[in-house]
Amino acid sequence: MSGAAAKAGPVVIDAGGFDALIAALAAEGREVLGPVKRDGAIVYDAISGQGDLPKGWVDEQSGGHYRLSREGEAYFGATLGPQGWKRVLHPPQQRLWRTEGTGENTGIIAEPLDTAKRAFIGVRACDLAAIAVQDKVLTEGLYKDPHYAARRENLFIVAVNCTRSAATCFCTSMGTGPKADKGYDIALTELEGGRFLAEAGSAAGEARLAALPSAPATDAQAREAEAGIAQAAAQQRRIDTDGLPELLKERPDHPRWSEVAQRCLNCANCTLVCPTCFCTTTDEVTALDGPETERVNRWGSCFTMDFSHVHGGAVRKGAKSRYRQWMTHKLGTWVDQFGEMGCVGCGRCISWCPVGIDITEEAAALRGSGG
Amino acid sequence: MRKPRLGVWKFSSCDGCQLSLLDCEDELLAVAGAIDIAYFPEATRKDDDGGRYDIAFVEGSVTTPHEAELIRDVRQRADTLITLGACATSGGIQALKNGADVTDFIAAVYAHPDFIDTLDTATPISDHVKVDFELRGCPISKPHLIELVAATLAGRAPQTPAHSVCYECKLAGHVCVMVAEGKPCLGPVTHAGCGALCPGYARGCYGCFGPKETPNTAALAARLAGNGADKRQIHRLFSTFNTNAPEFREEAKAHE
Ligand code: SF4
Ligand code: SF4
Ligand code: SF4
Ligand code: SF4
Repeated sequence: MSGAAAKAGPVVIDAGGFDALIAALAAEGREVLGPVKRDGAIVYDAISGQGDLPKGWVDEQSGGHYRLSREGEAYFGATLGPQGWKRVLHPPQQRLWRTEGTGENTGIIAEPLDTAKRAFIGVRACDLAAIAVQDKVLTEGLYKDPHYAARRENLFIVAVNCTRSAATCFCTSMGTGPKADKGYDIALTELEGGRFLAEAGSAAGEARLAALPSAPATDAQAREAEAGIAQAAAQQRRIDTDGLPELLKERPDHPRWSEVAQRCLNCANCTLVCPTCFCTTTDEVTALDGPETERVNRWGSCFTMDFSHVHGGAVRKGAKSRYRQWMTHKLGTWVDQFGEMGCVGCGRCISWCPVGIDITEEAAALRGSGG
Repeated sequence: MRKPRLGVWKFSSCDGCQLSLLDCEDELLAVAGAIDIAYFPEATRKDDDGGRYDIAFVEGSVTTPHEAELIRDVRQRADTLITLGACATSGGIQALKNGADVTDFIAAVYAHPDFIDTLDTATPISDHVKVDFELRGCPISKPHLIELVAATLAGRAPQTPAHSVCYECKLAGHVCVMVAEGKPCLGPVTHAGCGALCPGYARGCYGCFGPKETPNTAALAARLAGNGADKRQIHRLFSTFNTNAPEFREEAKAHE
């Protein structure tokens, strides 16, 4: 949603106010999606109130490792799960068109746009930044994706500022979090006792907030929120991005690329969980018994042979060139293409890499001379 | 236009892949008018007439001297030879006998070992004749098979990507059982095709579709060990339906 920046000061809502917000968004005809606990992880799914949230759970993350455990009473204590909001906005499969009829009478039927109204609840600052990155790639360039644009158009975003980080998070280094500074309609910061400090980021958000039972935030509550965010920032790992794009481009033969290739499975998990990776490939699906065909966009990955297949075979035959391509794009050439880095520091590629390859560690190693 | 003649042959196997073919009944009825199923012992009573075939589907591995001869004969009479499943593609579970003492097995299993005429090994069809396309899986997947038939009839290459099972796992939105639960999973080194069936049921991948493109089995094995698997477990993991696929065989050997 768009609109002028809000002017009203922050307010505090309680769990009842949170439920009223969800109910109001649903009453607008929105599909309301938020974090829920499923199969031992946080995933985004339909929610109807705070009762669906993973209250009292926190995440423990490290390279190739993710566990949820009981701790505290926070609704939003657990940070990120395996897949972000990309699953909804830029889904794994998207039909583009299909044909009907044969010969002269063949018609090409474009897939209708998805104009469903949605609300995302609990979008973290890093994921907001990732949505902004995909907006730039998929809606602002020469080749626009109308399906993505339609979903984006009808979206209401309730962000949640992090008051706890996972050990794999590095948004502070990337300048994207842990506090959301733009791109949301409402931003919440969780306070002790199941209350939230709420700020509007758009006119639509301001109108929604004004209709909720709330009280103006006290100075103490504002300080509590800031302290929580500062605590999240202090819990993270770091990456030194200074001069990194040039450095990566200058070191295609650094011994570290061969070393990481020994460990990399080229399984593609890192690209598929990354909230900014936008590549797709197309599948032609033909019917067995007739001339009908359809074209389907599917998530692509630079870790497959198909990705760099040209006449005569794949250009990037092994893990060395594939990992180098991926990381150099994320932290280097993305800047030339889109004016910013393609990494927002969410750390998903670290946790969900089955062998725990860590982009921050690889970047640090590439600064040195060793392997 | 003459309808293409199709024949289906069975070598040493469990019939599961042929059953997958039969299970496509509804879909295949749609093409019944377009192809002539001239030989398919699992489905019809017609004998092989000794003639030429446009397409030969072959299930099973070569484990007897008779089979070693038959596959040459089939190859000579088929324009396109397509293998179905793990047995035909890598030797199958029966390839566990490769390298072991076959006489011992025979004596242990059969009352009259003298009637048994078998080779010391179970080998893939491609060890014996040129194969035009290998469809993976134990058993093969129905969508793959339909895609293969549609593509063959349309004269194009089938779309059966050789990337990892992890790829399908993430497309499906499953939570990774290796990362979130520490369970051993062969998904990162296994060829896609099943739609990440096992991870969808909270199990690790068993590797039914065999090695994927550029598999790094050593790196996966190192991680499995780090997660607590011992040598024997890693050896077993790589020694099932595709035990004779070179990359899995070598990795199993490294953990003997
Ligand atoms: S990377 Fe930052 S914004 Fe994202 S979950 Fe971690 S702390 Fe929160
Ligand atoms: S870096 Fe990790 S997740 Fe990415 S392809 Fe390599 S092994 Fe897979
Ligand atoms: S590269 Fe890794 S840390 Fe960066 S945005 Fe992608 S998944 Fe997150
Ligand atoms: S569960 Fe297995 S197949 Fe799925 S992502 Fe994890 S390692 Fe890969």
